[in-house]
Amino acid sequence: MQMSPIIISMKTASTAIALTFLLGLFAARCIVKMKSEKTKMILDGLLTLPLVLPPTVMGFLLLLVFGVNRPFGNFLLQFLGIKIVFSWTATVIAATVISFPLMYRSARGAFEQVDQNLIMAARTLGISDRRIFWRIIMPLALPGVAGGGILAFARGLGEFGATAMIAGNIEDKTRTLPLAIYTEVAAGNMKAASYYVIIVLLISFIVVVLTNYFSMKERKYLK
Amino acid sequence: MSLLIDIKKKVKGFSLDITFNTDGEYLGILGASGSGKSMTLKCIAGVETPDEGRIVLNGKVFFDSEKKINMKPQDRNIGYLFQNYALFPHMTVEENICIGLKLSQKEKEQKINQMIESFHLTGLEKKYPNQISGGQQQRVALARCITYKPDVLMLDEPFSALDSHLKEQLQTGVLELLKLYEGEVLMVSHSRNEIYRFCKKLVIVDQGSSVLFGDTKQIFKQPKLYTAARITGCKNISRCEVLSAHSVRIVDWELTLETEKTIPKYIKYIGIRAHDFQMIDIIKGKDEKNVVECSVKKIIEDVFEYNIFVENKKIKKADSNNDILYKVKKDEWDNRIDKENLYLKIPEDAVLLLE
Repeated sequence: MQMSPIIISMKTASTAIALTFLLGLFAARCIVKMKSEKTKMILDGLLTLPLVLPPTVMGFLLLLVFGVNRPFGNFLLQFLGIKIVFSWTATVIAATVISFPLMYRSARGAFEQVDQNLIMAARTLGISDRRIFWRIIMPLALPGVAGGGILAFARGLGEFGATAMIAGNIEDKTRTLPLAIYTEVAAGNMKAASYYVIIVLLISFIVVVLTNYFSMKERKYLK
Repeated sequence: MSLLIDIKKKVKGFSLDITFNTDGEYLGILGASGSGKSMTLKCIAGVETPDEGRIVLNGKVFFDSEKKINMKPQDRNIGYLFQNYALFPHMTVEENICIGLKLSQKEKEQKINQMIESFHLTGLEKKYPNQISGGQQQRVALARCITYKPDVLMLDEPFSALDSHLKEQLQTGVLELLKLYEGEVLMVSHSRNEIYRFCKKLVIVDQGSSVLFGDTKQIFKQPKLYTAARITGCKNISRCEVLSAHSVRIVDWELTLETEKTIPKYIKYIGIRAHDFQMIDIIKGKDEKNVVECSVKKIIEDVFEYNIFVENKKIKKADSNNDILYKVKKDEWDNRIDKENLYLKIPEDAVLLLE
């Protein structure tokens, strides 16, 4: 068993969750504040799409964007000297895109469950909208937001299809745990694969327990 | 407070059309549940936006759809006591009171101590809202509003969430506390008693529309409109036909009233409050005007009075529309011998002429 897939996976998943967390919160807040129900529905559909599409389809779409022969990928390469495909950055992009809907949907649900009267009351008290978000909406939505974050982290850690499409399976570079398991099994090394499997099992189990802990944890003001 | 409102707003299956222009320190909005009272307050506070119209409070234009003015709620300086108090559940009593204060730490502490003391909340500073009673929650919410010295304090059904035995006590308490706040109050309620007690001026709202506004006592005395009479608690209302300037036929009760005062032609309904009938002796009753001989149909007992449902004896076609409700003190009724028949006099003062 090599350490590199574990390290790459942890690095990828941590970076991806940081991005997903911020993007998901931001998107959720924008959607919740939006007035037109129609726009809301369409945007929500687009933002949720990565959750329901097969990861390979997402990978394909990402290739259309970042491929070196595509306008955007070509632009990055020509002017900034950045090549996304088959790089470690690509694993982060794949994990972020795939785990984003979990974060976004959990955060949105949590924001929407905050009693509207509280927000109205805060506004009549002269509290700025930004302060309302950080002092009232966020603390009240925290269990849902944290739960979403943990789920998104787990999903990012397990990302396979889109990663394989856009980042490839390069040893010591883009080979994450799921890819390493696939590679070992394909090569007939069941034993090596099983070590990785145990690690993934352990991490996933801890994550699920953590989620439960957050959702069940009694907040002291509810006592 | 001078308040000018002229707004329209469509809400799911309901349209709000409120127009009134009034002044007075204590203003009440009276209407049935779901008549659009709270929505009106929310539009004034700025947390809901009307589709069109104008809201001007004390000369400040809060909203004007033509001039594209829509002041942020944060800038309107309105205190809003929500029906469920809307205390922040994750903050302690003192955090709730001071969350919006823009003062130095020391000034804040002073202010909080002062509010805690005036609102009888000593010892509860570190408690969370759901660790304290409903009455205490209400005082916290009130303290929170008043801390910011709002120009106008709006109370949304302030006593509806409380047990009835607490209500009396708290109403008096709140009146005391409101004295600490030297500003104007706008209160919304479906309870006639609350409005009558607290408010000098009154607006009546029915099914999303403002139907009448004016002096509270005046409106209760002479509601002028059918809806206003019903909302101010008149139990007996009947269609009527004006026969002449001094006589009117009450259709549902099949009797004719004669009056000293002139009855305008446009009067369509007659209302008589259940307390306003006079029970009189049969012998005297023969000579008096406007006396109905009634038979008792049903008696419902309350704590201090009886609700007696009677019917004009001369009635030809009987149905429940003909019922007249007469409320009488218990001892007065208990002393009577004949509990089947009675003579009710309708004093002229008691007759509400309604459009």
